[in-house]
Formats: sequence, C-alpha cells, structure tokens
Amino acid sequence: MIKIEGLSKSFKSLQVLKGIDLKVNKGEIVAIIGPSGSGKSTFLRCINYLEKLEYGTIQVGEVFIDAAEVNNKEILKLRQQCAMVFQNYNLFKNKTALGNITEGLIVTKKIKKKEAKEKSEELLKLVGLYEKRDKYPVTLSGGQQQRVSIARAMALNPKVILFDEPTSALDPELVQEVLNAIKALAERHMTMIIVTHEMTFAREVADRVVFMDGGVIVEQGSPEEIFDNPKDERTRKFLSFFSSI
Amino acid sequence: MKVKTNFDLNYFIEIVPALIKYINITLSLSVISMFLGLGLALMLQVIRMYKIKGLNSLAKIYISFFRGTPLLVQLFLLYYGLPQVIPTFKTMDAYSAAILGLSLNSSAYMAEVFRAAVSSIDKGQMEAALSVGMTHWQGMKRIVMPQALRVAVPSLGNVFIDLIKGSSLAFTLGLVEILAQAKISAAASYKFFESYLAVAVIYWIIIVVFNYLQSILENKMNTVY
Repeated sequence: MIKIEGLSKSFKSLQVLKGIDLKVNKGEIVAIIGPSGSGKSTFLRCINYLEKLEYGTIQVGEVFIDAAEVNNKEILKLRQQCAMVFQNYNLFKNKTALGNITEGLIVTKKIKKKEAKEKSEELLKLVGLYEKRDKYPVTLSGGQQQRVSIARAMALNPKVILFDEPTSALDPELVQEVLNAIKALAERHMTMIIVTHEMTFAREVADRVVFMDGGVIVEQGSPEEIFDNPKDERTRKFLSFFSSI
Repeated sequence: MKVKTNFDLNYFIEIVPALIKYINITLSLSVISMFLGLGLALMLQVIRMYKIKGLNSLAKIYISFFRGTPLLVQLFLLYYGLPQVIPTFKTMDAYSAAILGLSLNSSAYMAEVFRAAVSSIDKGQMEAALSVGMTHWQGMKRIVMPQALRVAVPSLGNVFIDLIKGSSLAFTLGLVEILAQAKISAAASYKFFESYLAVAVIYWIIIVVFNYLQSILENKMNTVY
C-alpha cells in the first residue's frame, strides 16, 4: 500500500538519505531504529513531504508522487493520506484539546462541525482524555499532549500514521501512557511507521524492524531477526548499547 | 523664601474645553491611520512571506524608506512636494495628506512587528497544520496568524501611541488639531506654558486611557491559553 523508491535527500552538500526503498503493507507496523543522524527522522518527514525530496517516488494508497515532477496539489493530496505524530507534539496552541482534533476534520475533510465534534470526543475517550477536552495544550502534561496528538492523527482516518520519536521528549514516567495509546492503534490494525528509541516497545509492537545508518537501510526483518540475530556489524554495534542497560 | 510664579490656573482650566473641541481630529487621524496602516502592513507581510516576485524587493525598499526617514519629512514630501510633480495631488487636502502620511509611516513599522511575531511562532505549528492536510495559507490563517497576533498586540499598541503623538505633526500642514489650537491660543494670550501644558495633559490622558484598554485586551487574550 505504501511504496517508496529511490528516496534521496540532501541538506546543502550533506546527503542524508541515499536512495531508500521501502514497502509497507496495509495494517503493518514498521519500526525504524538507528543511531542519531542516520536520517530516520528525515526519511519519515519526507514521506509527508515536510522535507522536499531530491529524487525518488512515493506512493501512498492511490496517490503517487515523483520528486522530479511534483506540484503543490499532489503534495497536499499526499499529506491528506498521511497523518503525523511529532516528537514535540506540536498541538495547535490556540486550540483546545477538542479543537485540535476537530480542526483537521472541519478544514480539510469538510466534515460538519457537530459530526466532527462527536467523532473527536469519541477519540478523546479512546486516549482517556475526554475530561480534558476544553483544556488548552499548555495546561496539559507532555504525555497528555502526545495522546491528544495521536487522537488528532487518528481522526483524519489516514492510510498511515507516521510517528517521529513520539516518546523522546517525554519524562520517563509519561512514556508508558503514550506507548499504550499507540498499542491501542495497533489493535485497530492501523498502518504505522514509527521512528523510535524504545527497543522493547519496537520488539513488542512492530511487525517489522528497519535499521538505518548513514542514510541507508542497513537491514530489516522481523523483531526476532533484528534483535536476536542481527546480520550486519553496524546493527550489532548499535543494539549492544541497549542490551547493556 | 516664596517663589513667585505667574502660572495662570484659571486660564489653564479654561483652555481645556477649547482644545477638547479638536480632539476628534486628533483621534480620527490616529484611528483611521491605524486601520489603513494595519491593512497595508498585512499586505506587506504576505508579500514578504510568500516572496512574491517583483513586489518583494519593492516592499523591502518601502519599509526601509518609511522607517529610515523622519515622519515630518514624509508629511512635507506628500503635502508640499508631491503636488508639484504630480498635479493630481493638488486637490488633496491637509487632512487626507496627514492620514496618508501617518498610514504609510505606521504600516512600515507594523510590517516589522508582524514579521517578528510570525517568526516567533514555533515552526512545528505550521508543520502540524500541513500534516493534517491544510494548505500553507490555511495554516497561516487558522493557526500561525492568530498566535502571532497575540504576540504582536503589545507592539501594535506602541505603534498606535506613536500615531496619536505623531498626529500632532499635522499642524505643520495647516491642519487644526489639538496642538494647532493650543498654538493659536498661546499666540493670542501669550500664555505659552499654560497652553502647551494643557495640550500635553490631554495627550497624556488619551494615552493613559488607551493603555488601560490595551491591558484589558491583553488580559483577555492571555486567559484564553
């Protein structure tokens, strides 16, 4: 359902992504791991075209984009197929928890206000924040904000949700509530690509683990294959940091 | 030792109502210029933000010129200079010229206020707007601008205060507002101190009242989020 081919990206003279190919099936959960600076976050942002690609093609559902001949209309269509959960939550500061979720529905999905509100309230219940629906983001904890942002992503009914290190900015005691919210999505068979440093979580939730380093995919496979029998030296080296803890 | 002063309190009190008659000129100059200036500043901000070809460099020159030259010089250029080279402007009266000058001048300052306010908003806000499928313009209008406006309000208040005070320069175009009336009274009575003190107090009160209104607005905006 998602097919990415030859994706390349440079920041000035530094090439951060060197021709990445990735296929993701419907309902599949892919965890991307790798050292910092390996290009995994940039790769994720490219899928949503928050970063302009240099070369490559992206297909999400019906939408196909070729970096060589892309226009704003196609980018908008691509973004409407995807949803994103950011490391720093990025909730709309001028909207309440509920408003954050209804905003996309009303503006981009053209759903009626009342209907959007009902749907959003349901999603807030799912992430356990219905009581906070009228609160503004600044009054919520990091974990609560991230749960709202997960609900915001779900509301759009996307083909895929992209998670960019969703727990990296959180205090340790708040990580679990966010991971639980993501697990709840997994149970609903939502297609997800998750860039993460939570190895236990990746192992538990992901169908497939992708290890990236130096702007390329070094190896990928089932969690057991990657975590228990990594083939590449770089993967082994990276994972050894985590096993020692 | 008792210091003898010639301060004429009665005159000071009597002149106030005569000056207040012209307060509507001062206020209308400031308020109309503020709104026109705001509109222009928004246009300048959009031009600069989207780097609209041709207009972008013009906008830069415009802002640089109106911030880089004195308001008084700009008013003289508009009212005394422009009609000589472009005769259509001969029909422009002093009131319109003052409004034009004040609007152009304040718009350059407010464009800078908007630019700073927009750039103070975290980039993630726009990214989030794009990620839910909004266009850049929708994200600007619904998410970034409302937040930027809140940041801009205190500075916009300063621009308005400068406009109220700047409107006093309109007397140099022969327009009778409160300062011009104070000058006229002073010349007739030779009571310069009382006349100018009265006009100063009136400006001061206008601005104190405005500051109070602004603080109410700011409190209201801050309690929202």
